[in-house]
Amino acid sequence: MHQEFLMGNEAIAMGAIAAGVNLVAGYPGTPSTEVLETVAKHRPQDTYVEWSINEKTAMEVGAGAAYAGARVMVTMKQVGLNVATDPLMSLEYIGVKGGMVVLVADDPGPISSQTEQDTRHFSRFSKLPCFDPSTVQEAYDMIQDAFEYSEKYKTPVFLRSTTRVSHGYASIQVKDEAEYNKNLPEGFIKDTKRWVIFPRLSYQAHINIEARNVALSQEFSSYDKNRILYADSNRFPKKGIATGGFNYTYVSEALKALGEVKLLKVSTPHPFPEALALSFLTGLDEVICIEELDPVIERELIYIAGKYQLPVKIYGKLTMDVKNSGENTLDSVMENLTKFLGVNPPETSALTEADKAEMPELPVRPPVLCAGCPHRASFYAVKQAMKGKKTLFAGDIGCYTMGNAMPLDMVDTCLCMGAGLGIAQGIDHIEPDTSCFAFVGDSTFFAAAIPGVINAVYNQANMTLVVLDNSTTAMTGHQPHPGTGQTMMGDVVNKISIEKILKGIGLAFVETVNPLDHNKSVETVKRAAALPGVKAIIFKSPCIAIVKSDKCLSVDHDKCINCRKCIREIGCPALVLRDERVVIDDSLCTGCGLCSQICPVQAIGGEQHE
Amino acid sequence: MSKNIILCGVGGQGTILASKLISGAAMNKGMAVKSAETIGMAQRGGSVFSHLRLGEGADCPMIASGCADIIIGFEPGETVRLLPYLKKEGQVIVSTRPVMPVTAALAGSDYNGSEMLDYIRKKVKRVIAIDTERVCRELGSTKIVNLLLLGAAVKSGALGLDEEDIRKVILDRIPPKFHELNFKALEYAKNI
Ligand code: SF4
Ligand code: SF4
Repeated sequence: MHQEFLMGNEAIAMGAIAAGVNLVAGYPGTPSTEVLETVAKHRPQDTYVEWSINEKTAMEVGAGAAYAGARVMVTMKQVGLNVATDPLMSLEYIGVKGGMVVLVADDPGPISSQTEQDTRHFSRFSKLPCFDPSTVQEAYDMIQDAFEYSEKYKTPVFLRSTTRVSHGYASIQVKDEAEYNKNLPEGFIKDTKRWVIFPRLSYQAHINIEARNVALSQEFSSYDKNRILYADSNRFPKKGIATGGFNYTYVSEALKALGEVKLLKVSTPHPFPEALALSFLTGLDEVICIEELDPVIERELIYIAGKYQLPVKIYGKLTMDVKNSGENTLDSVMENLTKFLGVNPPETSALTEADKAEMPELPVRPPVLCAGCPHRASFYAVKQAMKGKKTLFAGDIGCYTMGNAMPLDMVDTCLCMGAGLGIAQGIDHIEPDTSCFAFVGDSTFFAAAIPGVINAVYNQANMTLVVLDNSTTAMTGHQPHPGTGQTMMGDVVNKISIEKILKGIGLAFVETVNPLDHNKSVETVKRAAALPGVKAIIFKSPCIAIVKSDKCLSVDHDKCINCRKCIREIGCPALVLRDERVVIDDSLCTGCGLCSQICPVQAIGGEQHE
Repeated sequence: MSKNIILCGVGGQGTILASKLISGAAMNKGMAVKSAETIGMAQRGGSVFSHLRLGEGADCPMIASGCADIIIGFEPGETVRLLPYLKKEGQVIVSTRPVMPVTAALAGSDYNGSEMLDYIRKKVKRVIAIDTERVCRELGSTKIVNLLLLGAAVKSGALGLDEEDIRKVILDRIPPKFHELNFKALEYAKNI
């Protein structure tokens, strides 16, 4: 054992390596991405790692390897689990041979997601066991436990993390390489009764799963990460707090100021450790449940209290004593607990309530496309080309969702990965006089958009597909994908061409253009929009965060007429006002040249180097 | 000893590197460290923070309101945003250079941070404000804001780390070609 300073996601990765993981597959998504990246960086020679094209494929690749006896980890964010649901729900019945952990990172808030869904619920729905670590150390330890349980019960299991565990850092105890587990896969052994799903097999498997989960609930009651703490608290002998996952740390922090209260810490929300919970509830009058996303622990405790007819009141999200959406904070949990215990919160802040009321209005900073981002130029070209026409701009998931911000205002809809294509077609069928556009990034194109294109061509839709190809998966921190010609194993492979795919599907109009050439881009959009059927424009220009630029433009104040068209039209963060004049912030500008093509008097130019 | 430290600013300003230097320095001294920071969409020009907790006994990487020993602000408005985290008698280090949000530029506003700095000075006793823009020009680099703020934090005594700790971590974590510049910034900060 030795000490290392790791991010939660790095700890999960190093724990998986220590458990002897043989294969890791996943799809990037905040806050899960760093898990797979860390395995790739530190992988032992014979560990295979891939970014799959989407979560469904990752799950299937993982299943195959686990059938062959490999230890497998599949990684994704919570909405990615929706994509992987189809194979996972069947895999529940088939089971695995090698240990298989499905790492899902939930995002209370949500901070960078479409939904506040709760994987603990998903684990009840799929009947698969779920581990829910509270700290970086627990994440490291529990991924290893998860592999053991998975192998023992021949079932995939969840390791559910949340943003604050995944992205928190801590100095933790980790194993030395000599202590790592080694797993040599036995190989796939043919057995149709085991690996081919049929109704009869599923019926039998269902019986086994229900029995297994009863046994697991028992076993989890003595699992050392599920615990009753401060059982002899005499300050509040009739009150208790139930919590789990990261919220345990909020509660434990608050109790340092408030004193000890009997506490149930749940690290396996499913199957729920019923016997342990029963012993916690016995003798208590009131319990408050502190958890994020859904009231999972709360409902389990209400069920157990009902089943054993315990006279205990359970408070939480269902009773509106804890907020039922958004992220908890140390402050919100402190407020919940002081109210529940009937005590006063400690007063330590430098600012009084009166001070806070005097606070000046704070600058509002919605996330925006970076200075010099080629997406800005693409959106602006389409906007200019379609000025005055009836249009629909369906957006998608990625950096380019931020094309919704003023002044671009170019995202009318955004639902989930790849949905923009279907939405554009649906609106086209109902409103044929609307010119419908679907914007999709290159990584999203491979992950989720190809069936939508085929559907549009087959079903004779009229729409324009705009592929924003910046040669990376930018939003999640620049992962490679099939169009980049690199894999996570470090191989250089043939790039899969988006243009060829689209031509292969049979689109009549497919053109690639550099969005930073404004006039040519506008002209291309106009030609495409005028044609019937399904057309595609590929705006190709690399993400400025990868291809660093040392160029920078400036405003010539002798020429500038201070009309501020540059700021008004494109909203580049490098264009700022100083003493009532437009200036370019040299720490941000990449010299992309879009503003210089917009300025009516050619006041913007130069290519200063720093 | 335990210290609760908050760094804040706008995505891209380098708060994360500064936070890594502090945690590295603390780890070198054998202190336990926990931290949490903004990752993801907000990094693109949004408000960002790092919470750092040095010393044993912290379960949670986050810091509660009224519990920060020191706030190191890379931008005046962002510093005000997080001021409720400061404990009584806490220390503030702030860069006076404002970062204008796109929304403000669009609205034709002349946000320049001065209102924010006035508020901080009025409400907090221990404040060190640094005109980083001027110092950067003087030292000929825009990449030293980090070290200027860190240097001032060390000098204030509220960080629980000394100059030697920071020098050591610079040698450990930063490419050699930037060492001299960073040491110069650190030196400069001592005399502010
Ligand atoms: S050239 Fe103009 S549009 Fe491009 S990054 Fe610089 S200021 Fe922004
Ligand atoms: S568009 Fe040109 S003239 Fe108008 S404010 Fe910008 S730089 Fe000046």
